[in-house]
Amino acid sequence: MAHDHGHTEHKLAIFRGRLKFKSNVQKIWGVLIFLSFVTIVEVGLGILKPAIFVDNYFIGMKLLNWVFIILTIVKAYYIAWDFMHLRDEKSSLRRAVVWTAVFLICYLIFILLQEGTYIEDVKTNGFIKWNF
Amino acid sequence: MEATVSNTGTEGKVWGGGNKPLRASYGKMMMWFFILSDALTFSGFLAAYGFSRFKFIDSWPIADEVYNHFPGTHGDNPMYFVALMTFILIASSVTMVLAVDAGHHNDRKKTIFYMFLTIIGGAIFLGSQAWEWTNFIKGSYGALETKGGQILQFVDTKTTEDDDKMYRVSVEDFATASHKERVQHEGKNGLWYVSEPGLPTYSVQDVITGFNAHSTLAVRTQEIIPNVAALKASDNPADVAKAERFEKMYINADHKGHKGILTRAESEKALKDAVTYVKGANLIHNEYGNRLFGDFFFFITGFHGFHVFSGVVINIIIFLNILLGTYDRRKNNYEMVEKVGLYWHFVDLVWVFVFTFFYLV
Repeated sequence: MAHDHGHTEHKLAIFRGRLKFKSNVQKIWGVLIFLSFVTIVEVGLGILKPAIFVDNYFIGMKLLNWVFIILTIVKAYYIAWDFMHLRDEKSSLRRAVVWTAVFLICYLIFILLQEGTYIEDVKTNGFIKWNF
Repeated sequence: MEATVSNTGTEGKVWGGGNKPLRASYGKMMMWFFILSDALTFSGFLAAYGFSRFKFIDSWPIADEVYNHFPGTHGDNPMYFVALMTFILIASSVTMVLAVDAGHHNDRKKTIFYMFLTIIGGAIFLGSQAWEWTNFIKGSYGALETKGGQILQFVDTKTTEDDDKMYRVSVEDFATASHKERVQHEGKNGLWYVSEPGLPTYSVQDVITGFNAHSTLAVRTQEIIPNVAALKASDNPADVAKAERFEKMYINADHKGHKGILTRAESEKALKDAVTYVKGANLIHNEYGNRLFGDFFFFITGFHGFHVFSGVVINIIIFLNILLGTYDRRKNNYEMVEKVGLYWHFVDLVWVFVFTFFYLV
């Protein structure tokens, strides 16, 4: 019987070891509760739109949008680490997957958003008629 | 030489597949390769969406006003439905990972049960997306489009004491369709590959006539009201001029972040530029605002929906294989369930980002 991999190798602690589960199944339900909680917080913020997050900006974007993006990355982390078992893989595999994506995506986003902002600037302040 | 080179037991096995530095099977590695490249594809799409959005930052449609339907209810229900869709997809991700876990324990019955639930979850999500698309395509208010591609929507400026919100008005509520002649293709101008244009429900003149007959109506533009008070206090004369333009044109210049509602006189002027009536959305026009908005919606949620669809199909194939006992015979702890699970979680992962960038931000 090929039991070279399987249930015995799961890492059962999340939140940097602060929350430890007894079994893999228990961890899965725990992560579901956490992801649902984050989604509820996102929807709540989206409906209430607290003034403090809407009126303050950080690098050209509303604080509220930063909160949404950070919460999204938090959700993505737990999906990848616990549902896709990246936590249990060898760190070399994990890094090969994660860092490649992170660097390329950051670069892509920087280039495109930078250019978008520039074109918006030309459109608003330049001598170009765009509303015919 | 023995003294300087440590012996790891992998010498000479570099090409034969004996060297497994990542300790993952070939199939799992390839699934990760695919997921990584697919993740970059989706990032490209979402970054392109971001590009267009930053380009039209002062006039992009407000998501809460576009996606505000919930099954079985009327009125304004922003986000609840997509939040539900997110929950459905996360729940089906959970049943998938439970199936993987049951597979690791070689528990066939449990794997079958959880795979079945995953397939059902995926199907419910696809149905929800179809409903979402239907609402988007049908539209609710209708609008006029100008020659330059600007969208003119309609609001009722009549407010009550307890409610100062100016509500959107459907074109159907104030315009009456007139009789129109269908343009027919004849021998001299008909082309076999070009179909005759359909009759629009309302002509621009119908809408303008209806507008003139209702004195409380006003046109709502795509332009988002900036912080006019701050612009006015600015030292830059260009900012002050901008603030003055907003105060002169719009009756809601004090409502920062709202779409600008033109004064009656400005509304009548704006309507002169209108060329066509738009209801709902297609790849060319949409009643919500910028044309690119509709295109990106169809393209990105469509591409994601296609992934969900193929995920459901692959899940069904794996499900049938479990029923047939294929993975029992392979004696590798149902690794195929784990591999298809990776793909299914990835689809969930992408939705988390689509949810943020289309509905929240």
